[in-house]
Amino acid sequence: MDNRQIELQMTVPNQTRYLHLIGKISEILANQLHSYRGDRETLAQHVNVVLTEALVNAIRHANADNPDDEVQIKIIITEHEIILQVFDHGQGFNIEDIPKGLEESQETLDEHGRGLFIMRSLMDSVNYYKVEGGNMLEMRKRLH
Amino acid sequence: MNLKLEDNGKVVILMVKEERLDAHNSDQLKQELSRLFGEGKTGVVVDLKEVRFIDSSGLGALVSGFKNASSRQASLKLSSLQSQVKSMFELTRLHRVFDIYPTIDEAVDAF
Repeated sequence: MDNRQIELQMTVPNQTRYLHLIGKISEILANQLHSYRGDRETLAQHVNVVLTEALVNAIRHANADNPDDEVQIKIIITEHEIILQVFDHGQGFNIEDIPKGLEESQETLDEHGRGLFIMRSLMDSVNYYKVEGGNMLEMRKRLH
Repeated sequence: MNLKLEDNGKVVILMVKEERLDAHNSDQLKQELSRLFGEGKTGVVVDLKEVRFIDSSGLGALVSGFKNASSRQASLKLSSLQSQVKSMFELTRLHRVFDIYPTIDEAVDAF
């Protein structure tokens, strides 16, 4: 793989049965990034996890578990970064409202709420933007 | 979800025969653990030998099982975590909550 930009776009039905497929594709793609200075296999596993977390949020919350809706994913690879984007059609939320640390609630065993923490821990940045038709969650990781 | 159950009378071993424990299938694990503890089982080992991927929903299902067990004075232990799965427990600090063993036998012996 050379240093030109690569962009992969996928659209799947808004159902959790597609998590495995999207996760696997993203992992295979990330595993090919020879420009990454670190452990490529670990990066690939992390990409699989964070994309899964972002997708679940889009499917369950933003798109309200509507099986007739769709969710779009974009993976962009530049010379310096891998960028993961997940698009939803929901009302959106203020990502800054979600605490950045592992809250006491998680340490006292909440069953939910770890997804955003995992994304923020494994990626360099996590942002959520309003876009035409809905919202985009974007995660970035520098390759070197 | 493919779950294999073995009951030796004292401890139930629940083997998760799936490569992924995620938002798509974790509810089934949660329900199975709820059923087992609801029936009065006092000891369950969840073996994750085949699981190479876990997300926050998978972790949540195990947390649910743990809470279920604790509220009934029962015990839930985990065994055979692959390194990536173990990393997720460490990242979310759940490795301090669960009793985690390298093999099923060691988990069973710990009861």
